[in-house]
Amino acid sequence: MAQMTYLQAIRAALTEEMDRDPTTFILGEDVALSAFGSTRGLFERFGAERVRDTPISEAGFVGAAVGAAMAGMRPICEIEIAPFIYCAFDQIVNQAAKLRYMSGGQARLPITFRTLYGAAGGAAAQHSETVYPHLLPVPGLKIVVPSGPADMKGLLKSAIRDDNPVVVFEHAALGRLREEVPDGDYLVPIGKASVKREGKDVTLVAIGAMVPRAMAVAGRMAKDGVEVEVIDPRSLAPLDEETLLNSLGKTNRMVIVDEAHLHGSAASEIAATMAEKGFDLLDAPIRRVAALDVPIPFSRPLELAVIPDEQRIEAAVRSVIG
Amino acid sequence: MDVGKDLVLEMYRRMYRIRHFEQKIKDLITGGEIPGFAHVSIGEEATAVGVCAALRPTDRITSTHRGHGHLIAKGGDVAKMMAEIYGKRTGYCKGKGGSMHIADFSLGILGANGIVGGGIPIATGSALAARLRKTGDVTACFFGDGAANEGTFHESLNLAAIWKLPVIYVCENNGFGEFTPTSTATSVKDIAVRAKGYDIPGYVVDGNNVLEVYRYASEAAARAREGLGPTLLECKTYRWEGHVVGEQAFVTGSYRTQEEVAQWKARCPIIALEKTVLESGLIKREELEQIANEARAQVEAAVEFARQSPLPQAAEATEDLWVA
Repeated sequence: MAQMTYLQAIRAALTEEMDRDPTTFILGEDVALSAFGSTRGLFERFGAERVRDTPISEAGFVGAAVGAAMAGMRPICEIEIAPFIYCAFDQIVNQAAKLRYMSGGQARLPITFRTLYGAAGGAAAQHSETVYPHLLPVPGLKIVVPSGPADMKGLLKSAIRDDNPVVVFEHAALGRLREEVPDGDYLVPIGKASVKREGKDVTLVAIGAMVPRAMAVAGRMAKDGVEVEVIDPRSLAPLDEETLLNSLGKTNRMVIVDEAHLHGSAASEIAATMAEKGFDLLDAPIRRVAALDVPIPFSRPLELAVIPDEQRIEAAVRSVIG
Repeated sequence: MDVGKDLVLEMYRRMYRIRHFEQKIKDLITGGEIPGFAHVSIGEEATAVGVCAALRPTDRITSTHRGHGHLIAKGGDVAKMMAEIYGKRTGYCKGKGGSMHIADFSLGILGANGIVGGGIPIATGSALAARLRKTGDVTACFFGDGAANEGTFHESLNLAAIWKLPVIYVCENNGFGEFTPTSTATSVKDIAVRAKGYDIPGYVVDGNNVLEVYRYASEAAARAREGLGPTLLECKTYRWEGHVVGEQAFVTGSYRTQEEVAQWKARCPIIALEKTVLESGLIKREELEQIANEARAQVEAAVEFARQSPLPQAAEATEDLWVA
């Protein structure tokens, strides 16, 4: 076990997988220089052919990743900031996600899309949005949201090895988060949730950067004698319904925290699934804690007001155990 | 004529195969036998065939919503194509794609595409893969005049130019983007001049002259294989039929004159090739007639295959989404 930051975990996963498979290559904006650090040093190690700076041209290079994948490569395509994904939406939704199915299973699309999402202070609406809910209804895409260094390394490695398109959401505020990461070829399976903390009173499901907040709330509430079970789904598509339902069977109460906007959030989809399949297990209504339904504002107090904080999470948990 | 007899006959064969196939599709949709809708390419055969004749079997193409011709030109099996258009499980995509999404990866056909301009970055990426894997393969990217106004056109030509990718961008200018004349939708008279903006060669080509298309495509392919980068070919041609088969049912008024259509029909690319080869004395009329008859029989057999083939079972709807 070694201590590693979230960013170091990304670099370790990329380095190991690129060493392992010569058909992998990185393309995206400023990946050689690496403005945010996630690919730093890779250009020096793998060269300009495999760490490929692109123009600011999202539809073009995302589509190029699709074409390269169908022609035998295993692209790792970085969309620098998540809301830029809209510029490439056709290539992701209409092309990458649908081509295998539309071709009757002929196309292979082993693409990893990596993108930086979430509010990290003062980046405003077009650089802070949690965009994964737009991709959730798209059949043919896997979506993972690692909340810490160990999961990041294990999930990113699994994403790169997956023969299907996987979108990996990396949170902008978690880069320096540090924890123990297992040594060696550490893989986390896509589609498997993680029980971060066990408890019997209420299930608190948290996604991405909401996980550390949920853990802090659970720690605090334990002092009041409330045992909160914290679950990180890690993959939103496919969703590990079994782990969530098992927990609900134990606690009979569920709160879901999501940094996405409430309307149409991942929390909404999880809540609907739990209500449909676990209705008889519920002793209280499922509560969702999500971003307010306004674009993410610039000014600090406004941003803080929009994104779920520990206070809102705790209030929601208390409301279902009341 | 600087092209060998066998190749000319093969071009003629594929053009006729396209012509009969498209005519058949039109008749079957009009008669109500085929479900859905389709875009046919009658009159545009020379562009598809001239380009694909310049390619090797391992070279790849991307195609468009009006893609039947490109697929046949690259060697596509008309029976599996027809079955797909009938929605049968024996079709290329097991009935999941239909007319606009036929692909044959074993022939380097990365698929027709229902999104105008959607295939242009994909072709660019396919060329990037050839570069990275050092295969020497070229990718030919078919798209229409309408797609030349999409952002993906601009982004892809820029990418291919800076990376000197082995790709041939083939703009099939057939005069219309859906029901809008190209002249009212496009800033330039010749889309080929847009190549200048990316510092790559661009040529206006007579898209109804298969030998001319072949020559330009061969030169572009050679250039690409030498590592000199992409070429833009604008093949001027014409869509004899409407945007979509059966459009008379919903298009009110006319967006072109009968005279214009007649003028272009007088420039039929198949008849033009016939004249050239007969005048050259290289090929006899009987040889051409035999090829045309074979093409007709092949399409009839394809229809029969499609008719006899089973429809997919409902349970198959959830198959083929993931690589296991």
